[in-house]
Amino acid sequence: MVKLTKQDVLHVAKLAKLDLTDFEIEKFTPQLSSVIDHFSELSEVDTGDAEPTSQTTGLENVYREDKVNIDQSLSQDDAISGSDKIHNGYFKVKAILEGRTDK
Amino acid sequence: MKNTNIPLTISETQEGLLKKRFSATELVDAYLGKINKAKDLNAYITVCEDEAYKKAGEVDRLISDNLPFILENFPLLGVGIGHKDLFLTKGIRTTAASKVLEGFIPVYSATVVARMEKAGGITLGKTNCDAWAHGASGENSDFGPTKNPWDGKFVPGGSSSGSAASVAAGLSLVATGTDTGGSIRQPANFCGVVGLKPTYGAVSRYGIVAMASSLDSVGNFGKSVADTETVFNVTRGEDGRDSTVKNTEFVKPRAKMKIGIPKEYFVEGVDKEVAESVIAASKVFEKAGIELTQVSLPHTKYAMSVYYIVQPAEVSSNLGRYDGIRYGNPRADFGAEAKRRIMLGTYVLSAGYYDAFYLKAQKVRSMLIKDFEDVFDKVDAVLAPVSPTPAFELGEKTANPLKMYLADIFTAPANLAGIPGLALPSGFNKEGLPLGFQLLGPRFSEPVLFELGKLYEKETDYKIVLPNL
Repeated sequence: MVKLTKQDVLHVAKLAKLDLTDFEIEKFTPQLSSVIDHFSELSEVDTGDAEPTSQTTGLENVYREDKVNIDQSLSQDDAISGSDKIHNGYFKVKAILEGRTDK
Repeated sequence: MKNTNIPLTISETQEGLLKKRFSATELVDAYLGKINKAKDLNAYITVCEDEAYKKAGEVDRLISDNLPFILENFPLLGVGIGHKDLFLTKGIRTTAASKVLEGFIPVYSATVVARMEKAGGITLGKTNCDAWAHGASGENSDFGPTKNPWDGKFVPGGSSSGSAASVAAGLSLVATGTDTGGSIRQPANFCGVVGLKPTYGAVSRYGIVAMASSLDSVGNFGKSVADTETVFNVTRGEDGRDSTVKNTEFVKPRAKMKIGIPKEYFVEGVDKEVAESVIAASKVFEKAGIELTQVSLPHTKYAMSVYYIVQPAEVSSNLGRYDGIRYGNPRADFGAEAKRRIMLGTYVLSAGYYDAFYLKAQKVRSMLIKDFEDVFDKVDAVLAPVSPTPAFELGEKTANPLKMYLADIFTAPANLAGIPGLALPSGFNKEGLPLGFQLLGPRFSEPVLFELGKLYEKETDYKIVLPNL
């Protein structure tokens, strides 16, 4: 029986950029354990030399011409229309670097 | 026009419009009246009255202009459409049924939406679904569950819950949906309508919120096979915006066809009435001159494990883009099921587990595909149940995600193999809930499935019935 620990769940949540509440951690830990435990049935399957499937179309390297198609582009106004945190036509984000030394 | 007189097929609708028995504007009046009356079903998240009346006005002008070849140029003329709220609609709120996109107004439309509008279709609104298409019951919507129109105590199936309920209840003539592990076929089955999951790569996914990119298939619901075929023909084909889509030769129906019945789909846990109804459907085909044969898809039992590794892995990647910066709300607004799937997917892709879970699953997936290829060497199509049970009760499976996941057991294999599936209604069980079956075929064999579906409707003298709301 696979048993995820609270540490496992916190580690995965960090990788996925999710902040979980204590209640969610309590709830998800056994639920995820039971689903992952179900996966162990796959170890019964002898996959021999089967290649892994990544897609089913059989298509390879679909190219388009390397030129700008205005019909398939958004204007700057359209591109920023989904946010109200805009400054001079740019998205405002939190600083990711700290402790500037140049001033 | 009264709410109760809305035509039930595309051809009846267009005949009524062209013979001026009613106008498109009156038709929209009737649909909106009916949607309003059936609010308790919670089939729609957003109803777009203004846009619907504007489009109806255009349709009425086209008709009064008396254009030649109008139906050839506008095959969806006057068709009332519900779009799953995963399909971007320019200027109309699109939420994916999640609080993360609660106020999101797209600046462009999905290819499928644009093609249906260009063909004369009228968008009535955006239908409810499980948030991000995660679910088999509709209960994961952040906008509340949709109810089954045949009995409000039961789920309509999911994830395209509102689309199936809307078509079943006559709140739209057709509706769009996405099918990643059964999200069109299963709700079609639970609501007693026709649902098409096309071949992976037949219809563009451009402008549709991505769930699991190697599995997502874009299809539709209608009350008859002919209607789903019409919508498929309008929406399919390359658009230059989804590189998995190709224009290709379709497999054509043969004069003498064979249907395979897979023994792995009639196992313990399958409801007795469901199994009997599928066998009864097979007899209809046999009587019509189709040869039946038992076939085997030996890796079926592993499909759920493969699906619930591959799908959450791709979900965790696709939902990575929702950072609350460019549009939408922060990640804290994801509901419980989205968080579970992101966690599950991140776990199976994380260092130390990738080989044991993800890589192993993709190898078993190859064996599942091989199973189907071997079977389609011998038969034209496979006939099987859609779900092990008819619609279940609201709340019955919400506390146990594993139990909910197992509801996809007979639908997910087609997504893993990228093949098309057509779900058809076949009547009702003792409780009055819809029963049905699905036809699966090799890649790009939609014409074969439509032909068989229409044969079934003809042989059974199929009559469209609406629930009493």
